[in-house]
Amino acid sequence: MRQIVLVFLLFISANTFAQDTTVVNHASSHEVAVEKLDNIYGEVSHTESAEEESPVDVIMNHVADANIYHIATINGKHITFGLPCILWRNNKLSVFSSSRFHHEEVVDGFTLDHHTGKVVDAATGKRSSDLLSYFGATDSSKFIDFSITKNVFTMLLGVLLLTIAFSMVVRSYKRGANVAPKGFQALFEPIFLYIYEDVIKQNLGKKADKYAPYLLSLFFFILIINLIGLIPFFPGGANASGNISFTAVLAICTFLVITLNGNKHYWHHIFAMPGVPKWVLIILTPVEIAGMFVKPFALAMRLFGNITSGHVVILSLVSLIFILGKNGESLGGAFAGSAMAVPFVLFMSALELLVAFLQAYIFTLLSAIFISSAVAEDEHH
Amino acid sequence: MNLYLFDPMSLIAPDLGLVFWTTLIFVLFWTLASKFAFKPIGEAIKKRSDSIADALSAAEKAKDEIKLLQNDNENLLKQAREERAAMLKDAKEAKEAIIAEAQAKAAKMKDEAIGEIEKQKVTAIADVRSKLSQEVSKMALEIAEKVLEKELDSTKDHQNLVNSLVDKFKLN
Repeated sequence: MRQIVLVFLLFISANTFAQDTTVVNHASSHEVAVEKLDNIYGEVSHTESAEEESPVDVIMNHVADANIYHIATINGKHITFGLPCILWRNNKLSVFSSSRFHHEEVVDGFTLDHHTGKVVDAATGKRSSDLLSYFGATDSSKFIDFSITKNVFTMLLGVLLLTIAFSMVVRSYKRGANVAPKGFQALFEPIFLYIYEDVIKQNLGKKADKYAPYLLSLFFFILIINLIGLIPFFPGGANASGNISFTAVLAICTFLVITLNGNKHYWHHIFAMPGVPKWVLIILTPVEIAGMFVKPFALAMRLFGNITSGHVVILSLVSLIFILGKNGESLGGAFAGSAMAVPFVLFMSALELLVAFLQAYIFTLLSAIFISSAVAEDEHH
Repeated sequence: MNLYLFDPMSLIAPDLGLVFWTTLIFVLFWTLASKFAFKPIGEAIKKRSDSIADALSAAEKAKDEIKLLQNDNENLLKQAREERAAMLKDAKEAKEAIIAEAQAKAAKMKDEAIGEIEKQKVTAIADVRSKLSQEVSKMALEIAEKVLEKELDSTKDHQNLVNSLVDKFKLN
């Protein structure tokens, strides 16, 4: 029964994702300059800039990472929270606060792209390189960005909150074995027990205790970052768990746990599926090997897609106010847009709250299922 | 032609810095949370659920014991009641026996007493009779003696004397 519900929910999330893209395309077809949108949602922009920003830019820049935390703009004045920039170029480390870009155009040969909020090379305007292009490229403009970005800040905040929460809970448990849970502990315990009993123990059985710390860490880490992402103002709002780098790291962790703990039956099933004619193995083995990588890849893409789509949908709905209001020129349009957007955003926010829990749960559940299939003793023989 | 100002690749290309920080933060969180949060919490919950299970089984055991004790008590009570009834019965019998014995003894004593009294009476009557006859004979002799002493007096005097003697004897 739960499996059916799960599949159903996965379909719903897939549908919302499909809808997002249409919303975005629709919005982009307007190609209306919505500078005012920046003032409330998201990015640092040059109000004096001649370039026009469409809602698509605003939304896409919002869901991407940034080196500066934009809080609000009041009368054209940006209120931002400077984040530490840690930049590695030519074996030289540059460390400074991104708030310096308010006064200085160029710091250590870097500048801030005010549209994306990312640090770029001052001369070429190029973004930081990934690992392959860093070692492959020869030009001197290449650099690696180890900055505490919005997403890293969110992760640190999430871990801080979890540390406070866990220390409270652990202290509550230290009161004694026979005391009924109360307060925050009473909120935490059902979640903890649900994940432990119904997700981990259900799938891993006797081996549950070995993998429980990993799976519980995964669940609470994803959950807190999903939830912080739902807060629409500072210090929330960053799309950390909807970032491919974040989800990829977690998926790789699951992949490593599976691969390093896979027993002989697991490898046997991949390279020589028992009970199958030899010639079928020519097809089956590559498929199984691909499956090893597809599983974590699907994990990463699912979390990335669901969380990003949630952010995109909410921002698109909010953009309606500015599109219909023609950036404050049409008061009636703005009212009409608000009348449409507010109930939808309310609904979407509630749905995203569910999705925040659901995606953390699904990631953990699927990780538990994959791990259990790799470490389970074979029952057929 | 790029219509937009954002970099579409930035959304799907993994960022090295972010990968680095995510790995560092997650692995640190994993290690520390396992050791300082999940382990003590798991142990505390297990301890509590064990103690609850223990308490429940102990309560079940206590219930059984109480049932056993109750049965014992009932048996004891029944036994006591039977004993009491038996004792009462014994006492009653003993009482009756004692009463019967006492009555028998009393009857015997009464009979003996009556026999004794009868005997004494007979003896006493016999005694009295013999004494009386002695006395009467003695009295007759005395009277005769006195009569003989006053013989010579007038007849009238004789008469008076006999009368006075008889009176005197009567008074005795």
